[in-house]
Amino acid sequence: MDNKNAYRILIAKPGLDGHDRGAKVIVRALRDAGFEVIYTGIRQTAEMIARTALQEDVDAVGLSLLSGAHMTLFPRVVNLLKENGLGDVLVFGGGIIPEEDMIELKKQGVAEVFGPGTSTTDIASYLTTALDGASKQA
Amino acid sequence: MAGRRSLISAEELVSRVCQGDQGAVSRALTRVTDESDGYEEIARSFFPFHGNSPTIGLCGSPGSGKSSLVNTLVSLLRKRGESVAILAVDPTSAYTGGAFLGDRIRVQQHALDEGVFFRSLATRGMVGGLNETIFSAIHVLEAYETEKKKKGFDWILIETVGTGQDEVDIADVVDTVVCVTAPYQGDEFQAMKAGTMEIADVFAVNKADLEEVDKAVASIKDALSLGLSHDEEAWSIPVHAVSARTGQGIDVLLESIEAHGKYLLDSGEIAVRRKRQLRKELSSLVSRLIRRNALERVTDCHIKALVEKKSDPLTLSRKILKGVS
Ligand SMILES: Nc1nc2c(ncn2[C@@H]2O[C@H](COP(=O)(O)OP(=O)(O)O)[C@@H](O)[C@H]2O)c(=O)[nH]1
Ligand SMILES: [Mg+2]
Repeated sequence: MDNKNAYRILIAKPGLDGHDRGAKVIVRALRDAGFEVIYTGIRQTAEMIARTALQEDVDAVGLSLLSGAHMTLFPRVVNLLKENGLGDVLVFGGGIIPEEDMIELKKQGVAEVFGPGTSTTDIASYLTTALDGASKQA
Repeated sequence: MAGRRSLISAEELVSRVCQGDQGAVSRALTRVTDESDGYEEIARSFFPFHGNSPTIGLCGSPGSGKSSLVNTLVSLLRKRGESVAILAVDPTSAYTGGAFLGDRIRVQQHALDEGVFFRSLATRGMVGGLNETIFSAIHVLEAYETEKKKKGFDWILIETVGTGQDEVDIADVVDTVVCVTAPYQGDEFQAMKAGTMEIADVFAVNKADLEEVDKAVASIKDALSLGLSHDEEAWSIPVHAVSARTGQGIDVLLESIEAHGKYLLDSGEIAVRRKRQLRKELSSLVSRLIRRNALERVTDCHIKALVEKKSDPLTLSRKILKGVS
């Protein structure tokens, strides 16, 4: 290969709320940082997200949730990915998530959780580092 | 990391695709479009499935409603129980290498339908149009075993901007080209028209729920009549007003797409198109390989010779291409 291909990232918006400004900001920032970004749109079930990740063969899935059902939705996506043979896909999340929930989510296989104040540059460089590390191990 | 990214052999990938495993389809698509290690053997193994599925291209300017039309066409086809694979191609930024692959949003209602496989692709290295890996990607989809135990999706749809002037143009890739336009595309459309008039087999004027659609239809018919053939047997290009929003005209559009497929078969034109596809698949690969090989052969010695004016670029480039240094 002459040059490395861009990493593919799925940004998904689970849950019922219809505000996706935050998700769209991430989508644009990651595109500008050189990722290939796919966005599902709002109101996605965990099943839809997992199947989309399978068809798009992404390297990472980012879940954007304002508040609420993260403790059930995030682990559900992680588990469905595993069931589909996508256990090595990096799952990260963003939203207003209390500290103790973050710890629990990480235990359940979510790689990283970003609070509302996180800069998009930090998210992009986190992903590059994490995915570069994963592809070296493979 | 465990499992997936570790290299599955070409043999296993092909056999899993041929057993209807969509995870394997997805993996195979990545391998051939990334051109990652071992992709040549994979691409080779899928080639024999060429020609198994009818391929339909949807092209037109951004915003004309291609993805929305794909969505409504898929709904119609699924009602008839036919399986559909979609490759949706969006441009890679020349500056960052990144891309927003935004077509998925319009078709997410089909996300859980096992009879639909949707994959977003970036142009990667191509300014417009498609890159040469599109051919191998199609062959992967042509090898997939559907629920009906048939090889190849019943339909393969390819969405791309498509101008009729790209290096690998949609018209070199698919059996039937559907050009999508919408009212109010004025100048932009005028610019595109020259190219798309040449490649369209069917015209869809989308957003018929808006005003001015009749005007758009009339202007396309007008432009088409200039190049009208007097051959009775020839395909005459239909122009349909449709609306992805209301569903208006979609059934007629599909009828025209199928009629074109039938025309290709009855007239023998299908053989001509398939040959054209194969010629492009081969020639785009040749030019790719030449470029890659030859550029690898350019060394500092060559540059030194130029600096010292011991040779000139033309002489050197010929030598390099001949493999003489
Ligand atoms: N009024 C109207 N808007 C439409 C129709 N089809 C698509 N659109 C809108 O046109 C915009 C672009 O649609 P999209 O399918 O993404 O176009 P693409 O860029 O060609 O794939 C979106 O805002 C759609 O909601 C239609 O039939 N009528
Ligand atoms: Mg689109």
